[in-house]
Amino acid sequence: MFDPRPIKLTVNGKTIEATVEPRVHLADFLRKQLALTGTHLGCEHGVCGACTVLVNGATARACLMLAVQADGCAVETIESVASADGTLHPIQAALSRHHGLQCGYCTPGVVMTLLELQRESAGSALPEDKIRTALSGNLCRCTGYQGMVDAALEILG
Amino acid sequence: MNERHGGGDWIGRSAARVEDQVLLRGGARFLDDIVMPDLAEATFVRSPLAHGVIRSINCDAARALPGVHAVYVFADLRRVLTQDAIPLALPAGGLRFDVDPTCLAIDEVCYVGEPVAIVVATTRRIAEDAAALVELDIEALPVVVDPVEGLQPGAPEARLTCPDNLVARTKVDYGDVEGAFEGAAHVVRETFRLNKGGGHPMEPRGVVARHDELTDQLTLWNSTQMPHRAKAMLVATLGLSERQVRVVTPEVGGGFGTKAVFHPEELATPAAALLLKRPIKWVEDRFESFTASIGEREQIWTVEAAFEADGRLRGIRGTLVYDHGAATPYGIALPFNAATNLIGPYILPAYRMLIDLCLTNKTPAAPTRGAGRPQGTFVMERLLDRMALRLALPRDEIRRRNMIAPGQMPYTIPVKQRDGSMMVYDSGDYPQSQALALKAAGWADFPQRQKAAREQGRFIGLGLANYVEATGRGPFESVSVSIGPSGQVVVSSGATAQGQGVKTMLAQVVAQVLDVAPQSIHVVVGDTSATPAGLGAYASRQAVTAGNAAFAAATLLANKAKIAAAELLEASVEDLVIREGVVEVKGVPGHGASLTQIARALAGTPGFALPGNLPPGLSAASDFMTSGLSYTNGCHLAEVEVDPDTGGVKILRYVVVHDCGRMINPMMVEGQILGGVIHGVGMTLFEWMRYDREGQPLTATLADYLLPTSDVAPRLEIHHLESPTPLNPLGVKGAAESGTIGAPATIVSAIEDALRPLDIRVTQLPVTPPQLRKLIRDAQSSELRP
Amino acid sequence: MKAPPFHYHAPDDLASAVALLATLENARVLAGGQSLMPMMNLRLAGPDHLIDLGRIADLRRIEETPQGLRIGAMTTQRALEKSDLVRRLCPLLAEAVALVGHQQTRNRGTLGGSLCHLDPGAELPVVAAALDAVLHVAGPAGARRIAFRDFPLDYLTPSLAPGEVLTHVDIARAPANSGAAFLEFNRRPADFAIVSAAATLTLGVDGRITQAAIALGGVSHAPVRLAQAEAGLIGARASVSAWESAAHLAAQSPCDGDELYPADYRQELSGVLVRRALAIACQRAGGAAHV
Repeated sequence: MFDPRPIKLTVNGKTIEATVEPRVHLADFLRKQLALTGTHLGCEHGVCGACTVLVNGATARACLMLAVQADGCAVETIESVASADGTLHPIQAALSRHHGLQCGYCTPGVVMTLLELQRESAGSALPEDKIRTALSGNLCRCTGYQGMVDAALEILG
Repeated sequence: MNERHGGGDWIGRSAARVEDQVLLRGGARFLDDIVMPDLAEATFVRSPLAHGVIRSINCDAARALPGVHAVYVFADLRRVLTQDAIPLALPAGGLRFDVDPTCLAIDEVCYVGEPVAIVVATTRRIAEDAAALVELDIEALPVVVDPVEGLQPGAPEARLTCPDNLVARTKVDYGDVEGAFEGAAHVVRETFRLNKGGGHPMEPRGVVARHDELTDQLTLWNSTQMPHRAKAMLVATLGLSERQVRVVTPEVGGGFGTKAVFHPEELATPAAALLLKRPIKWVEDRFESFTASIGEREQIWTVEAAFEADGRLRGIRGTLVYDHGAATPYGIALPFNAATNLIGPYILPAYRMLIDLCLTNKTPAAPTRGAGRPQGTFVMERLLDRMALRLALPRDEIRRRNMIAPGQMPYTIPVKQRDGSMMVYDSGDYPQSQALALKAAGWADFPQRQKAAREQGRFIGLGLANYVEATGRGPFESVSVSIGPSGQVVVSSGATAQGQGVKTMLAQVVAQVLDVAPQSIHVVVGDTSATPAGLGAYASRQAVTAGNAAFAAATLLANKAKIAAAELLEASVEDLVIREGVVEVKGVPGHGASLTQIARALAGTPGFALPGNLPPGLSAASDFMTSGLSYTNGCHLAEVEVDPDTGGVKILRYVVVHDCGRMINPMMVEGQILGGVIHGVGMTLFEWMRYDREGQPLTATLADYLLPTSDVAPRLEIHHLESPTPLNPLGVKGAAESGTIGAPATIVSAIEDALRPLDIRVTQLPVTPPQLRKLIRDAQSSELRP
Repeated sequence: MKAPPFHYHAPDDLASAVALLATLENARVLAGGQSLMPMMNLRLAGPDHLIDLGRIADLRRIEETPQGLRIGAMTTQRALEKSDLVRRLCPLLAEAVALVGHQQTRNRGTLGGSLCHLDPGAELPVVAAALDAVLHVAGPAGARRIAFRDFPLDYLTPSLAPGEVLTHVDIARAPANSGAAFLEFNRRPADFAIVSAAATLTLGVDGRITQAAIALGGVSHAPVRLAQAEAGLIGARASVSAWESAAHLAAQSPCDGDELYPADYRQELSGVLVRRALAIACQRAGGAAHV
């Protein structure tokens, strides 16, 4: 390990202390060191959005953030979204209902983006174009986006 | 059938997908999520040049890096291989040269990204550090980038082992083509250049290879569409028996053709694992996806069409030059698909297309969603629009005049297919499909809307296209259904899943017969140890082949259960029905045996006879063998707005009428159409895998290669017709690619319409703003100023 | 792909950052990481030392000053987007920043990072050019100010001496009776611009133009100000023909191009975007809607 660093952060509400190599990005840290493999890597150059997580409540590309930079931060991943009893979050349930996922590889990133949008909108209705703009940072090759837009409209519209 | 035989009511319902829960929670196990003790990670050293001779590869520094297990070049891997090449090419008479790929380059590199060495280390990042230390000395050779130039006399050779670049020549040829042109009232001619694009699933490719010394079995977890074919390749190239090789697909994050082909890394990685005696994972990164994964689309068509005075087609002839890339990873069927799909839903009395496949120093080409058909449809629909314009005929009318009538079904076209049979359209009502689409999109009153928009300085246009798609390609698919003493219904199939909802589809079909909830059925796909024979995902085939196999297998199982139940219940088989997983006497609810009970009885008890003298086990298997291709069809209409000042195009509205016969799950069919159309939108307006003159890729990131995003993808309105095919018991046809096929022709028709009265002729895909702007400028923009 | 190895430094204060940057070999500043990290992951950049400015609280601020706005270099694009102060004092910046990448990248991408990276298609350098932003830099030799026009030296190359760090940016408040507009053309809305245009206009009491600024992005290695077109607008009445004249000059301005987006196409876009931006800016300045 080159230049190992201790970090302390919370991930999905749990305090984590770990030693990381500075070059390891947050997505690899979550996936390999914490075995939270729901955060996916689709490009590692910050375009596809599959690795989107929440850092201190704001979406971030986990491939463009180093794990050392998350020292002291609160990170939320897809694994925290459904309730502890297994009940899907309304956004997740709506995605299934509207066929907003097919292969499911982009889905965790999509859920995290919509989660931020839901918290920011604080109950005020969002029009379709705003939802489409917000989702434009999450590439999906399967769905043509319509199902996920419809799911978001049901929850946020 | 429910009245007489019992069973559920699942076929035709938009049932919730069995796949969703685990995916939504982030709990699905994709390839890169696989971990195991001692798992090493690999990366590949790849050719930085499009063509050259390898003078030397120095791996010393790379091997010396701490954390590196091994660096192998071809000669190293050859020790465990039975032959140099991977015998991939499908049989084809037209193939002139054998250009099967190798798992690592031997002495010549033929495209940027071709694997040259495999580096194995404790982590991927160390493997990449080591790869950067490999000293590669390659002597550059002249390159072939453009397939038309590659076929000119004096062109450089894309491969030193081939005397020229014409790797294959084939044709479609029927009818009196010369006569069609001699007597023609009108002839339109055009050259179309359709550029390279790809599948680009969000999850790149990847494999984990592990050889188990104890069982002497090699397992390859592979993010592939065709595990059985991968297994066959491993058996052939590693000299192992079928028992020694298992290929398993984990959750697969999209395929679109990219993962149908067996790529060199799928052999190099297990070969390295055998040599190193430890499991190895290789996961493709996105740069590798652009340079090492197959794509297609690049075709140059020079065509002319002969018409009667009233706009009816007399004949079409021309040449099609196809970019084959640097090797043959599949076959030569793709441009043949393109050429035959040109015919579409129209009566074409005479047709000759000469097809030349050119070797180039680009990533090998193989079918990508649509598999050549969008190109063929594009060409035909452009020719029809040209002729309509010349005759001042409405674009819908020229199509109507040429369409095959429903009464002509089945309709035979004298073209021989890959399996030797004639091309026969089995069913469909093409005129009704177009009529419905025109109505849905407001075709009749569009001229007024267009005029009103023009008065406000807005340039809107409406385009249409019709197409057919040969789906359900054979020869077979296998399904077994079993219920053990636990009562769990298990469905196993050679079909594979990459997001289409194959598990849900199979579960619904079986649920239909057994009247159990699809969510309660466990479906196993993509595992060669679960199903001995299988083919997998290609050619929009799995609902047709695996769906019908599942239906047959479940029906066999149900019949067996009824025979067993007849004895247990002391009833006659004819009086039994299956309700909610229970075989019961018709009209006597509550008097029955559950499938679980029957499974227990059929599991056997030492020394006791099996009920009904049946063979043991409540299970059944079936292979569905195709008797022909079933033809899906559709009509698309798109309304676009063009900004003539910038060349920008915005899709305002998109209507699809789709006919894939009977639908098993309409929601999932619509999902396929949606994804397919947006892939086609990408092909039309955004996606273009570009290379420079030296064969260096220019668009090897997702920032440079533009996939459609949610803010440019139009909302689709989808309408269905259901013309069941007579070719299979369920009456289903494929739906996975047809969306892509119609989109380019439709959108370009709309663009040209938006810019009338200018006679803009779009002859290239994708349509980029600078190109469109140039066409507008050249067509004298004075008429266009608002 | 994974980034090559490097040493990581996260100083708490500016002086330490400057000292590290001045003494370490092959060191680079890490701001929001939205441009540098992709380059490192693609192994196109391989610094031996990364100096993360993320722990220096001083560099994250948006303040009103007598002249206008003072913005810390590490202020995220998302913070600018959400800022009432920015919307009120500098609507051009507010409009442009919403067009930078995606929300997920704006949450981490910074003003300073964008200005120092100087991507030709980026939005924020064009705003800085149009508004004559003043950049404040700290270095081993102390602090200095740089007019934005003097900041870009070449493609992706800012005028920063070894050891220098951009600390904050001053932007003048939009004058009364002024309007601004930022337009860009790209294939997908969140992409870098093929060409972008920023325009500001101030109208006098007689309806004549008293101030004009036009900047183009995507036409050269750095944003270009159209001085001649600006001069031509001063004193003119707001009118379609005034915009057309400026657009004509914009379309003649020297321009770089490539095979996909040739220079002549970018020049056409420059003309179109300048014409449209001026019309919108004028309307926002309170000018007649029909122009």
